[in-house]
Amino acid sequence: MNALQQTKYFAGAITISLVVSIFFLWLVEAPLVDTAKLLVEGAFGTNQRIGDTFMIWVPLLLASASLVVTFSAGLWNIGVEGQIVAGAVAASFVAREVQGSTAVVLTLMVIGGFVGGALWGLLVGVLRVRGGVNEIFGGIGLNFVATGLIVYLVIGPWSRDGVASTGGTEPFGPQAWFPTIDGLRVSPLALIIAFVALVSVMFLLSKTHFGLRLRATGKNSLAANRFGIATSRYLLMAFIIGGGIAGLAGVTQAGAVYHRLVPSISGGYGFLAILIVLLARFRGLWVIPIALFFATIAMASFQWQLRLGLHSALGGVIQGVLVLSIVLVMGYQEGRQHREQSNIRGNTAL
Amino acid sequence: MRWKLMMLLLPALLALGACSSSDDTESALTSQSAATTVAATTVAAVATEAPEPFKLGLILVGPRDDRGYSQAHFEGGTYAVEKLQGELIVVDKVNPADSPNITIPQIVDDMIDQGAHLIIATSDDMKDGILEAAAAHPDVPMIHASGDSAWADGKAYHAELPMLGNFFGQMEYGKMIAGCAAALQSDAGKISYLGPLINDETRRLVSSTFLGARHCWTEVLGKSASDLSFNVNWIGFWFNIPGFTLDPTVVANEFFASGTDVIISGIDTTEAIVEAGKKASAGDTVWAIPYDYEGACAEAPTACLGVPYFNWGPTYLKNAQSVIDGEFTASFAWIGPDWSDINNHDTSTIGFLKGDGLTSANAEKLDDFIASLGDGSLNLWTGPLNFQDGSSFLGSGVAATDLEIWYMPSLLEGMEGPAE
Repeated sequence: MNALQQTKYFAGAITISLVVSIFFLWLVEAPLVDTAKLLVEGAFGTNQRIGDTFMIWVPLLLASASLVVTFSAGLWNIGVEGQIVAGAVAASFVAREVQGSTAVVLTLMVIGGFVGGALWGLLVGVLRVRGGVNEIFGGIGLNFVATGLIVYLVIGPWSRDGVASTGGTEPFGPQAWFPTIDGLRVSPLALIIAFVALVSVMFLLSKTHFGLRLRATGKNSLAANRFGIATSRYLLMAFIIGGGIAGLAGVTQAGAVYHRLVPSISGGYGFLAILIVLLARFRGLWVIPIALFFATIAMASFQWQLRLGLHSALGGVIQGVLVLSIVLVMGYQEGRQHREQSNIRGNTAL
Repeated sequence: MRWKLMMLLLPALLALGACSSSDDTESALTSQSAATTVAATTVAAVATEAPEPFKLGLILVGPRDDRGYSQAHFEGGTYAVEKLQGELIVVDKVNPADSPNITIPQIVDDMIDQGAHLIIATSDDMKDGILEAAAAHPDVPMIHASGDSAWADGKAYHAELPMLGNFFGQMEYGKMIAGCAAALQSDAGKISYLGPLINDETRRLVSSTFLGARHCWTEVLGKSASDLSFNVNWIGFWFNIPGFTLDPTVVANEFFASGTDVIISGIDTTEAIVEAGKKASAGDTVWAIPYDYEGACAEAPTACLGVPYFNWGPTYLKNAQSVIDGEFTASFAWIGPDWSDINNHDTSTIGFLKGDGLTSANAEKLDDFIASLGDGSLNLWTGPLNFQDGSSFLGSGVAATDLEIWYMPSLLEGMEGPAE
């Protein structure tokens, strides 16, 4: 398909999603002009808001980078949420236990978070490779376990002195806070980590033998196996790398956003990243603008709630409409291509 | 093929994603009427031109219509802005389940952008966030209810935050009255307390409830203390968050199943009275005492023995006026009832509204109990009192100090349930 056709399909998808979104806004009696205005102003109206938007972008980029790895290996890593939580738990352990300079503590938090997420991902992988448990079910199960673990820690061993509340742990010491730009909440270090992770994933998948074999495993595991690729090993590696990167999202959430461990530390960003990666069609480069757009909507929905009294879930509805529209149009486009190819084959046979 | 798979999985993904933000009730901000103007505050950073309507920013942990804690605050804010003919800026449902990605500093920034003159964070769960916000905006009047950052004698005094004050009602009295009502009405002598999370505040409130119950059981009814069972179970937060807390509906039903005939609620929402109402409708002789909001008994009037409630209006008004007058500074206020009429909406921060379930004979006894608290002839926080583990809390005849009550470290002897 040429670029013009692709643009036409994309424009069609955007039009559908706009029409449906406007319908929903009309349904909830939202003022259309103000809602649209706040979409931009809510995310980019002030320096503080731009910073906050970027701080939503960070976990979305990291979770998306994680999913690009596992999707490339043909894996539906629904367990990404649990891996974010595991990373946050590991980073929180470091923040609570390690005394030292900010550089030392943050370095260990990043390493710890990666290892925590990787181990949680590996659990899903082992269940899949050794136990024959589909990664979707294993991932969902381990997401529940991760939630249970974090609630247990927050209300139990890591609770505030004399307190048993699911509200969160005591804030970390200042050495475990990601440094921010003066007066803002945005952390350049968190942004750097997200970009390095994404670029590393893109490089790994497109420029290395490992990436080639991983993608081969994802495209056709049986064929890859016959070509001598140890597919089980590659699947496990995908879970380790993907889980580790997801764990980094947990690190930034704990160290740069909340500065403590809270039960909702993942913020649902893992699930959102699945939609982002689907829209990006598993390509790392496209993740960047799409994740930014989703971060924009997330920030806007906060403003919609604050300024217009709209429901906090409205942003999620619009995101869902957008994704469904694009997937529908792309599905139509693939179906049409398939039919055209069938016709060509049929004519040739005649 | 890949797209077919996506189409199959997308609805599930969307549903999973929605789990992080969806909820049942309507949300968010209102801006209430601003007909006329009041004198502009001199507070820096927010007010620049006079005259303009006074704007009160209110951050609620639950929905504004929860018939519990958050609604009481919302109505207090409404009362104040109506008196001042100002505006109310409200953000509700600021909690880990409904708004996992919204932080208190973000909300405060936005309220300041909107011109808020005074910002009140109404939940203890907002402590870290409001401290951070106050440090970022040291000139903006803010209040944390309940907090102790402005209490010079307290354990968490923040002298560096001169505009972050604290206030809270002495709900200990409301809870004593609730405990007394429960003991007077209970046939089985089995009272259970539906607790939220465990901290200093909830320990002192449940202990006050126990003291009221034990006093009325032994001193008013003349029964033996050993025949009174007082059990507490904690759900883990101020209200139900599926997956994160115990379900208060389940806990309430377990209480009843174990023989409890009166549940006293310490959580922000109405599950105890709702379940008691269902049981009572089915013919069981059970009651409940909800919490926080004056209208909470409406959920099941005949099963309700009464409700201790917050009437925040006068306190909100007083603090708003001090901002308008340019006199606001951080202070710690622990405000008792107006004993001349605890249900006076213009003067009393703490009230107790008797429920239809309370017999008239018990209502009279309860009035006597309230009167003795009010005239100072009865101080239930007087020794001898032991902690749950048997260690001494207060020696004979010794009255507890405010600090000892506020920072209650354990439960009292005679109470069953975890203390931390």
